[in-house]
Amino acid sequence: MSGFSAALRAHIERAREWGRNEVRPAGLEADRNAAPLPADHPYFAKFVDFRRRHPSPAEDDTISEGSAVRMAVLNEENAYWDRGMGVAAPGPGLPAAIVAALGTPEQRERFLGPFRGAKEPRWGSFALTEPGGGSDTAAFRTRAIRTDRGYVLRGSKCFIGNAARADWVLIQANLDPEKGRAGQRAFFVEHGNPGMTGIKIEKKMGLRAYESVSFILEDCEVPHENLLGGEQPARTSQSSAYGATMGSLNTTRVGVAASAVGLARSAYDETLDIAKQSGSIKSARVRDRLEAMRRRLRAAWLMTLRAAWKADEKIPNIVDASMAKVFAAETAHELATVGMEIVGLEAGAGDCLVEKLFRDAKALNIVEGTGQIQRIIIARNLVGLPR
Amino acid sequence: MISFALTEEQTQVRDTLLSFATSELATRARSADEARLSPSELLDTAWSLGFTALSIPEDCGGGGAPRSLVTSALMLEALGYGCAGLASAAFASMLFVNPLIDLGSEEQRLRYLPEFCGEKRRAASLALHEGAPAFDPARMATRAMRDGKGWVLTGTKRLVPMGEHASRLLVLARASDAPGLAGIRAFIVDSDATGVTIARDSGTLGLTAAGFARVELAQVRVPADDVLGDGEGADIRPLLASLRIGGAALAVGLARAVIDFAIPYAKERVAFGEPIARKQSIAFMLADMHIECEAMRWMVWKAAAEADAGRDAAKASVLAQDYVNRHAVRIADDGLQIFGGHGYIRDLPPEMWLRNMRVLTSHDAIAAA
Ligand SMILES: Cc1cc2nc3c(=O)[nH]c(=O)nc-3n(C[C@H](O)[C@H](O)[C@H](O)COP(=O)(O)OP(=O)(O)OC[C@H]3O[C@@H](n4cnc5c(N)ncnc54)[C@H](O)[C@@H]3O)c2cc1C
Repeated sequence: MSGFSAALRAHIERAREWGRNEVRPAGLEADRNAAPLPADHPYFAKFVDFRRRHPSPAEDDTISEGSAVRMAVLNEENAYWDRGMGVAAPGPGLPAAIVAALGTPEQRERFLGPFRGAKEPRWGSFALTEPGGGSDTAAFRTRAIRTDRGYVLRGSKCFIGNAARADWVLIQANLDPEKGRAGQRAFFVEHGNPGMTGIKIEKKMGLRAYESVSFILEDCEVPHENLLGGEQPARTSQSSAYGATMGSLNTTRVGVAASAVGLARSAYDETLDIAKQSGSIKSARVRDRLEAMRRRLRAAWLMTLRAAWKADEKIPNIVDASMAKVFAAETAHELATVGMEIVGLEAGAGDCLVEKLFRDAKALNIVEGTGQIQRIIIARNLVGLPR
Repeated sequence: MISFALTEEQTQVRDTLLSFATSELATRARSADEARLSPSELLDTAWSLGFTALSIPEDCGGGGAPRSLVTSALMLEALGYGCAGLASAAFASMLFVNPLIDLGSEEQRLRYLPEFCGEKRRAASLALHEGAPAFDPARMATRAMRDGKGWVLTGTKRLVPMGEHASRLLVLARASDAPGLAGIRAFIVDSDATGVTIARDSGTLGLTAAGFARVELAQVRVPADDVLGDGEGADIRPLLASLRIGGAALAVGLARAVIDFAIPYAKERVAFGEPIARKQSIAFMLADMHIECEAMRWMVWKAAAEADAGRDAAKASVLAQDYVNRHAVRIADDGLQIFGGHGYIRDLPPEMWLRNMRVLTSHDAIAAA
């Protein structure tokens, strides 16, 4: 194990400065308003400008670390300042990798092209979860029906990040229910499509900086060209939308784990600060608990980095990614929970960051596969737990 | 002889409050949480139940029912089942009235209690907490200094439920150099008195309907006979024991509400072809929630029974509160988890319950740890 390269550290440093000056205040503003920052909020224009001046580390050839480690390190730093603002950041987001991997050349140009060097903030979005269930991805009920003019989508989706402001939402729907999971494909639904209705921005416990959107697909028509990967029926599970989704989660889980570590580190630092200020650090009990928090934080970070490193080395990391995801998410929640006890009344009585982190952290054990689902994945590999 | 049976009166009180909690509190919990305010018509309805005056002595105009911490625990558990935040607001006056019944001098009772026996709602409250993370008598910064025959109070109190509405406050302050709790006394303070400033605390996390306030005391004069109790004032340890028991009982009620809400959902919600209640990881979670909730409840009852038997309940109440502080958050947390993403949305109660539980059990959690 060794330290990060100087090139990567330079990116971390820049993210830190940006985080402290821009991300943290924007995140607190959204939380206080109990609503996502509007798409035309100056923060987003500033963000686009920042990205134009400082390309993302993903495109920096001077960095020696692999892409998964880069992402983990940057996600950790960004989430330290505000996890919600990280998700709200303009860009194609989660589906970018899927579109890049499975999209036809035309689709890559049409849907990802506009994001390259964009001068205006724009978003992409990915819709899997349905009101009837999110964990059981095979049971999704949204249907796609082929017609002469394209496809008609029917169903409903919920909690979809950035879906109301996105240029397009990539929507998982079943084209061939007889085939079950293998019948699932993904469709681009563009902003303003009248078939995407009942758009509701949910009010959440935390992570209020980004939109979580529920909506209905009411005979939502899209042209043939909007079927991800084109009309050619998927042959192998690898090329089906479902396979692509599950494949991509190996790195996205690591990404969420890294964000959880960032959030946890934030809870730790803030708790430590308050314990010093209030003098409660003098208590041996408080010091013991802070020390236990610090150790757990370190374990979570190492586990996350290892899962990322394995991905970069092309070593199968399903179990590592799931372990990192559940352990880091629960670490974030635990640290914020204990932090609340140490900062005590301040947390419940005033505007205190730990209080916000407590609300934010809880989501991390639900998104991208709940804690239960991660344990099932781990146990399946460990002891052959049946589905 | 040991008994877990309730008396007829206790059963009646509990049932009355349970139906009040489910029909009046639970239904308003979400809107009150968002408004960070308890609706005054609800406070009036709560007052009309007559529980504040129930144990006030007859010669003061009250019901004269014997004070029992077991009964109080039952009441608070029932109320916590509906909404711990609204319950804290609706019954804040009891935090003033009950200590007067228990520890007040004859003269103090006759002077202060009759006003709580009328039909018109009277708000009063207790100012206990300070900025410190935990209630630590050694660090209590609010001081009561002798001034001629009376006292002068200085300090800042936090999380005073319904503080802005209270006409009277019971304020805990360090009155002598006697070590620990022995040096703490409770003072009856008029909220209009010169030097008292009351402002809403800005808390956003939980129990937002409780109307928590910050109370600043700047050289507030208190006459000698307004130190709670006779003469030099009463030992406040029994008061602290009853507060621990009451807070823990509220948390038990809240935990029970979480479980009762999660069980039917787990039985209905289908994933992977069957209700999630059939998955061991969910079924065991519910079993553990149930086990811990029961354990919490019996710890609370035991402490209350100690006090009712006339024994020192300090230790038992600390054990109960500590146990509840350690386990109650987990129950609320697991309750949310069972609802998955839906638990995180501010439409259903689980996320609100987790916030409320965190605030309810943060106080003193480290001191007890
Ligand atoms: C803040 C937030 C943002 C989100 N963003 C997005 C987004 O951008 N796009 C998107 O598609 N979705 C998004 N989601 C949805 C999220 O992915 C789902 O909430 C999650 O997958 C769980 O699904 P569910 O809520 O339907 O819970 P369910 O699947 O109904 O699960 C309920 C409970 O049962 C448990 N459970 C389920 N199956 C089993 C089993 N086999 N064994 C044991 N326990 C089981 C779960 O762990 C959970 O505790 C978001 C959710 C949140 C809270």
